[in-house]
Amino acid sequence: MQVPGPFEYARATSVEHALELLQELGPEARLLAGGHSLLPMMKLRLAAPDYLIDLDPLAEELGYIREDDDQVRIGAMTRHRALLESETLATRLAIFTDAERVIADPVVRNRGTIGGALCQADPSEDLSAVCAAVGAQMVIRGPAGDRVVGMREFQRGPYRTAVGADEMLVEIRVPLHEGSGSAYEKVDRRVGDWAVAAAGASVKLTNGKIERGGVALAAVGSEVTSSGAEKALAGQAASDELFAEVARLAAAECSPSTDQRGSAEYKRHVAGVLTERALRRAAARALPEDA
Amino acid sequence: MQVTVSVNDQEYTREVEPRVLLVHLLRDELHLTGTHWGCDTSNCGTCVVLMDGEPVKSCTVLAATAAGHDIRTVEGLEVDGVLDPVQEGFTREHGLQCGFCTPGMVMTARALLDCNPNPTDVEIREAISGQICRCTGYATIVRSIRWAAEHSNEEVSG
Repeated sequence: MQVPGPFEYARATSVEHALELLQELGPEARLLAGGHSLLPMMKLRLAAPDYLIDLDPLAEELGYIREDDDQVRIGAMTRHRALLESETLATRLAIFTDAERVIADPVVRNRGTIGGALCQADPSEDLSAVCAAVGAQMVIRGPAGDRVVGMREFQRGPYRTAVGADEMLVEIRVPLHEGSGSAYEKVDRRVGDWAVAAAGASVKLTNGKIERGGVALAAVGSEVTSSGAEKALAGQAASDELFAEVARLAAAECSPSTDQRGSAEYKRHVAGVLTERALRRAAARALPEDA
Repeated sequence: MQVTVSVNDQEYTREVEPRVLLVHLLRDELHLTGTHWGCDTSNCGTCVVLMDGEPVKSCTVLAATAAGHDIRTVEGLEVDGVLDPVQEGFTREHGLQCGFCTPGMVMTARALLDCNPNPTDVEIREAISGQICRCTGYATIVRSIRWAAEHSNEEVSG
C-alpha cells in the first residue's frame, strides 16, 4: 500500500489564510491544490512536507476563467475539466483546449488544477508549454503583495519555480491579440501517460505577416520557449515553408533524453513534426473567419 | 484528526491520520468495500467514487479533503433493492468478468449519464478512458453503459 509519509494538515479558508499559514508553518509546508501531482510524489517519498495546506476550499474563489478587454484571467485553482469545457478558451485560446483533451484522463481532470500543474513544473507537463507559447503572465501573491512574472522567469528548471516558500500562484493572465491563433500537438503512448513529445505554438498575423510568434516544447528538454524558432518567425510572411524551417530550428534546439518513451533521435524528430503542425494550425486559426 | 464525511447521504465521523486517503477511509474505517483499491497511482480507476457528482480517483484524494463534499460509492447506487440502470446494464450485457474494475466503471458511467443521458459510443469510451479493465472486456462495458442509457429507472424497476 502506498500512502504519503506523515504530515500535519491545515485547511485554508481564503487566499489570505493560506498565506498566513505559509508564514506561520515555514518552508516545510506545501500547498495542496488538486493533489494529482503532489500526492503521488508524496507516496513515492519524492516529496515529504511536514505540513500540507489544503487549498480545496479555495476551488471557488480561485476557480474562474474570465475574459477582460485584452486578456483572459484564469484562477490558479481552475480544474483541467473547466479549462477543457471553457467556451472562452475554445474560441480565443484554443491551445488550452487542444492540450486539455490529452492531459491525463477525464477523471484526473476533475481534480487536477492549472496552478498545481504549473507549480509542480514537471518537465513533461503540458500547461507550462501552453502558457509559454502564448506569453502568459503568472500572478504570484505573497506577504508583500502581488508580483507578475512571465514564464521565462517563473520556470526555474525541473520542479522549480519562482514561487517563494511564503508565496502562492493565484492567477494566470493570457494576453489576447487580434488576429492571433494558437495550437497544441502531442504524441503520447496511451491515455494518461506523459508526452513522448509535445509542441505549443501561437502566431499573431498582420496582413499575412507574423508580428509575433511563440513556440514552446514539452518533454524534450527544451528551454521555456524555443527562442531561435521564435526569432525566425518574427516579421516573416506565414507560409508552410517558413513553418517547416522554424520546426527544424525548434527540433535542433531541444535536447531530449532516451528513455522508455523513445530514443532521443526519435523524440527530436517528433518534436519537429509537432512544431510544424502546431504552427500551421495556429496560423489557420489566426485568420479572420470571413477571410 | 477528526474527519466528518458524507457518504451515500449518511454522515460519518472518524479519527484518522491526515495522510489517510479517501479509498482507505471508505474501505478500512467505514467498511464500504465496494470501492476497490488498485494501482495506488491514479492510473487504474477502480477506486473511482463520485465527489459532488463528479468521478474522482479516491486513492488520490485525502480523506480530510473529502470532508465537506458529498461522496457517493457503488453501495449508494441501489435504492430499496432496485439496481441502478448502470448496474442492471452490467448484469444484462455481461459488463464484467473478474469484476475488479467494475465499481469504478459503474460510478464513472453513472456520472456520465447524469450529465449526458444519451452518449455516443465514442463519448462512453472517452469517459472510461482513465480506467483499466485487465480482462479487456471494454466492448461489453460500453454495451452495458449503452443499455443503461436506453433504459430509464422506471423501466428497470418495472
